[in-house]
This record gives sequence, structure tokens and C-alpha cells, in this order.
Amino acid sequence: MADKTAKEVLFDPLVNNNPIALQILGLCSALAVTVKLETSLVMALAVTVVTGCSGAAIGFINKYIPDSIRIIVQMTVIASLVIAVDQLLQAFAFGVSQKLSVFVGLIITNCIVMGRAEAFAMKNGPWMSFLDGIGNGLGYSMILILVGFVRELFGSGKLLGYTIMTPVTDGGWYPTNGLLLISPSAFVLIGLIIWVIRTAKPEQVGKS
Amino acid sequence: MEHYLNIVVKAIFIENLALAFFLGMCTFLAVSKNVKTAFGLGVAVVVIQGITVPVNNLIYQYLLSPGALSWTGSEQLSEQDLMFVGLISYIGVIAAMVQILEMTLDRFFPPLYNALGIFLPLITVNCAILGGTLIMVERGMEFGESVAFGIGSGVGWAMAIVALAGIREKMKYSDVPDGLKGLGITFIVVGLMSLAFQAFSGIKL
Repeated sequence: MADKTAKEVLFDPLVNNNPIALQILGLCSALAVTVKLETSLVMALAVTVVTGCSGAAIGFINKYIPDSIRIIVQMTVIASLVIAVDQLLQAFAFGVSQKLSVFVGLIITNCIVMGRAEAFAMKNGPWMSFLDGIGNGLGYSMILILVGFVRELFGSGKLLGYTIMTPVTDGGWYPTNGLLLISPSAFVLIGLIIWVIRTAKPEQVGKS
Repeated sequence: MEHYLNIVVKAIFIENLALAFFLGMCTFLAVSKNVKTAFGLGVAVVVIQGITVPVNNLIYQYLLSPGALSWTGSEQLSEQDLMFVGLISYIGVIAAMVQILEMTLDRFFPPLYNALGIFLPLITVNCAILGGTLIMVERGMEFGESVAFGIGSGVGWAMAIVALAGIREKMKYSDVPDGLKGLGITFIVVGLMSLAFQAFSGIKL
């Protein structure tokens, strides 16, 4: 496989090889935390940081990991990073950490982190693995922010807690779309995003 | 007895791990292309979930939770709060159980082992498994409840993936637009399935 340039590694996962839309990775959290833009942003940041740092860490030690225990070693690196992120969130952003509840811990099993560690960081150096991790994190963040934006704005008329379109319940004009506040709407929204991406990039049709 | 049955029914229908909490989505969408493999994976998930949730419950109750170490008799140890090593302990237990299950199947049920193939080790990173444990910890269940919850949540997830596989097999005969084929239409189908399961959400047992 030809060596990719740093730019390709960083920007491919945004549209060409998006972890959610093409690789089928990282879906669980994408669906559950996107009710509000605030939680989407924090989750996106957390996953990007963990994927980047774990990529770098595994990139440093990949030559010394025996094949038989590599999953356990990857898990340990990722779990330690997630515990650190979890403690930081509980210390500095307790409200958000409560809303995210089990999903911060679930970053450990977030397939993006594990998937990129196995597919990329095990075979490449620390700097490229770090960029790959950040790139995939950004691809994931893009979808999360899009879905979170639509769901919060049209579901409750607010963005980041600030009222943009006054809901009818507060005496305004906007009848909120309650359907967007329940979780199934995230599925349909992502399906539509995939439709748009695959219509713009027909080479992705049939890949998954 | 009724209390445990309640927990099982709640875990299967009202709080289905796949369709209400959206856990285990990656494997859920990737492995649901045909019913046979979906069923095999479902059975493996039920077994793993039924073992790891109770085991993690014991670890949580007797090692990690605040004041858990009081059975040692040592005063200093009884004051310890080891919750922060929770995540790494639970995932360690899960990885070990999956490894043991793999070896057991290979030794005593080789046809099943071959049928499951790569999906068996992939259960380790299935967020439904770790998610089940974390929900159990969050609710502070005791041992009996955690057994019921483990088996129930596993069965719920298995049922959801087999249902989706059935629908996807039938959809091979539908006229889906190019951009939606495969992953796109599957997302929308799962969205509709979870909308249907929302009908259970108000039920109090």
C-alpha cells in the first residue's frame, strides 16, 4: 500500500472515508448524545483527543507488542486515556459529564478508537498515527455536530441553550418538532447524510 | 421471582440495548446481512452478557464501590473508593470471558466455533457488553438482579439483530436508490424499528 501523505491521512476521513458514513464505526455514541449541540461538541472533542493520543501511543510501541496480546495492550492504552478524560470531565464540566453518563466510559469500546489502532497505528509511526486519529476524530465530529445542530435547532428551537426560534410552549411561534428529540430521528438523519455523501461521491456506493 | 421476571422483560422490550440505548451499533449494522450469522452472534452475546454482568457485579460490590472492602476487616481498606479503576476492571473481565468462551467453544463445540469465526473476538469491543455492565453499576443492582439483567439485555440485543437481518434479507428485492443502498437504507430501517419500540416506553411493570 502506497504511503499516504500527512494531508491525506488527516483529511480523507472527513468525506472520502468517514468513520460513521463508510467504515461503520463509532455509531453508538453518535446516536445517543446528539440531542443537544453541547453534548455533541464535548463528545466529539473527547473522541478526537482519545483517538489521536492512543494512535500516537500505540504508534510508539507497535514494534514491541507480541501479536498474541495486542488486543489487550491496545485496550489498556485506550482504557487509561478514557479514564483520564472521564476524570477531567467530571472535574471541570460536571454537568455535561452527567448528561453523557455511560457514553464517556463507552469511548473505550468506541470502534473508531480500536478500529484505527488496529488498522493504522499498529503499522505506522507515532506522528502519522496521531494525524490519522485526529482525522478520524474530525470525521466523526463532523457528523455529530451536523446531527446535533439539526436535532437541537428544529427539535427545541435552541442552539447551545440559547433560544433561536421561540417555541410555542414559551409563548413564541415555533411548534417544536418533538420527533427530532427522540433517538430514532438520529438514525434517519444519518441515513439521509449518507445518501447525500454517496450521491456526491458515487464511488462509495456498494462499499458497505 | 416476579421482580426478576420484571427486570428481564424490561431489558428485552422497554429498554432494548440495541433499539432504545443504541449500544453495539457497529456490529449490529455490519453483521445483520443474513439471519444465520446474526443468530449465531446473538447467541454468543447472550452467553457473554449473562456471564460478565454478574461477575462485574461481584467485583463492583466487593472490591470497587465506596466502603466495599469492609469484608477484609481492615479499617484503612474499608475507606477506599476504587471506582476509578472500574472501567479497566470491567473491560478486563469481558476480554477474559470472551477468550475463555472462545477456547471452550473450540474444544467442545467446534462447529459453532467455526460458524461464529471472527465475530467471537469482536464481542470484546461490542459496546453493548460494556454498556450493560455500566448500566448495572449506575443502577446499583444486587447479584440476582444483575443475572436477570445480563441475560435479559443479551436476549433483547440478539432479538433486535435477528429481526433486522430478516428485514434486510427481504429488502434485497426492493428498489432502493443508489445512494441509499446498503448502509443508508439500513439506518432508516433501524430508525423506524426503534420508533416502533418506543411504543413500549411508557409501560410500567
